[in-house]
Amino acid sequence: MKRQWKSGLILGLSLVLTMMLSACGASKGGTEVDGSSAAVELLNVSYDPTRELYEAYNKAFAAHWEKEKGQKVTIKQSHGGSGKQSRSVQDGLDADVVTLALGYDIDALQEKGLVQEGWQSKYEHNSAPYTSTIVLLVRKGNPKGIKDWDDLIRGDVQVITPNPKTSGGARWNYLAAWAYALKKNNNDEAKAQQFVQELYKHVPVLDSGARGATTTFVERGIGDVLIAWENEALLSVKELGTDKFDIVYPSISILAEPPVAIVDKVVDKKGTREVADAYLKYLYSEEGQTIAAENYYRPTLESVTAKFKDQFPKLELVTLKDVFGTWKETQQKHFSDKGIFDQIYVPGSS
Amino acid sequence: MSQVQATRKRVLPGFGLTMGYSVLYLSLVVLVPLSALLLNSTGLTWEKFWDVATDVRVLASYKVSFLCAAAAALIDLFLGLLIAWVLVRYEFPGKRIFDAVIDLPFALPTAVAGVALTALYAQNGWIGSLFEPLGWRMAYSQTGITLALMFIGIPFVVRTVQPVLEELDKDEEEVAATLGAGRWRIFCSVIVPELVPPLLTGFALAFARGIGEYGSVVFISGNMPMKTEIAPLLIMSKLEQNDYAGATAVALMLLVISFVLLFVINSIQRWSRRRTV
Repeated sequence: MKRQWKSGLILGLSLVLTMMLSACGASKGGTEVDGSSAAVELLNVSYDPTRELYEAYNKAFAAHWEKEKGQKVTIKQSHGGSGKQSRSVQDGLDADVVTLALGYDIDALQEKGLVQEGWQSKYEHNSAPYTSTIVLLVRKGNPKGIKDWDDLIRGDVQVITPNPKTSGGARWNYLAAWAYALKKNNNDEAKAQQFVQELYKHVPVLDSGARGATTTFVERGIGDVLIAWENEALLSVKELGTDKFDIVYPSISILAEPPVAIVDKVVDKKGTREVADAYLKYLYSEEGQTIAAENYYRPTLESVTAKFKDQFPKLELVTLKDVFGTWKETQQKHFSDKGIFDQIYVPGSS
Repeated sequence: MSQVQATRKRVLPGFGLTMGYSVLYLSLVVLVPLSALLLNSTGLTWEKFWDVATDVRVLASYKVSFLCAAAAALIDLFLGLLIAWVLVRYEFPGKRIFDAVIDLPFALPTAVAGVALTALYAQNGWIGSLFEPLGWRMAYSQTGITLALMFIGIPFVVRTVQPVLEELDKDEEEVAATLGAGRWRIFCSVIVPELVPPLLTGFALAFARGIGEYGSVVFISGNMPMKTEIAPLLIMSKLEQNDYAGATAVALMLLVISFVLLFVINSIQRWSRRRTV
């Protein structure tokens, strides 16, 4: 008898709870439909090191949009490895916009029909509002005297870089080294491959992601030089103190262009195209560019570039398009199975 | 006779219903996900499958995964037996806390374990720095992988051996002693035969866990192709290139080998149990 009474109570309580929850849901759904002034929500799916950048940018954009249109906008962020993030969107994560590390990851979305063709020319500068480059981070005072890419394959120098097959950032590292070797050897592909192969012989640990490689270098104290994105290197130096690391700018590097795109299929379904478009466009504005520069990304707007010129030294930068062509070709040739990176590790190839 | 059986009350409702539920949940939780895996590889011709699954780098990674998992499970076998023995047979202060600590590797996210172990065993870590002068690299080598797998595998052995050890009849040991058997003889011919089945189970569990382990290993292994690259990492790297079919091929191969190995271990276990009974 007593037990029956108890289970009745539990049943009743859970019924009440369900009703309360469903009522909450209904009221929330209600505000979304009534008119244009209702709050709107965006989901920005991005990669790891942009977390701080978008935290700042989202606040700025929300204020800008409310002033402009009188509409409240909240932007949710999702961060992770670039390739992983792209896969989540392919598998159905409702991202309105993607801001990833490589064009290849957005190409993959295009192949699934989520992003329209020609996304890369939709916004200025190949749809890359901010850029970065690949630099060398060395221990304070540069004990091994590293000045350029050539020094990385010298004697007992140990290089830390993540695995290009699992890390998007690492692909930029690999391509930067390749671009240097090409230039030095008058575009001799075989010699470039030799250089890169030699370089990876000096890598004692191949972490699976860029942050992991930074940890290996910075905290585990392994290696003499870390190949890193400029923004990550600047952040490491700022966070860990200028007395521990130096940044070495090589003679030539690659212009890393992390692209942005609207996920057409999702914005059409949710009806958020206008605000999503504005969200990406505002990245190119004075304020958006300043926030990017403050987070150590190279701005593309002239006026902001001039303001931050001390932070970003000038160096020779080649673009992916100039040297390698499209991402698809690059991926195919270098990083796909049995591609050049795989050949580097096949026994007997040296 | 049959009527009596039909009307006899059981704790669970009839065979039909119970079996139905078992099949339903087994399907939902195990069989459907596994067949989805198969479905994913259907984009693959047999030739391509074989090509992917027998690539030199993939083969090298299988070798690393299976050898390290086996080594770790083997070490855990002895270590786990010792720990279980101490926990069951001796009283000491703090025993219950010690007992609870055994399960912690289960609760800890494996990536956290990996980072912690790497910090300890790296060249400048507490333990790693002791071994570095001797020329023994702990982290970023197969030693490191084995250490990580030992860490996550040990509870399996302890927790399967412990209950059997607890229920072991003390009388038999006393009888053996009165018949003049020495300590070593008692251990070998009275206790060990009883412990073989749970030890094998523990070994199989620790081994199986080690083969598929990703999080704890990926930090400590150094991920050098042909040397310290584990099979799950290759699967991840194929996924990263949107090569779902290739990833499934490697995973499927891993599953098949694991299944065969586990089947063999289980058969040995059944055989040894039958022999002791």
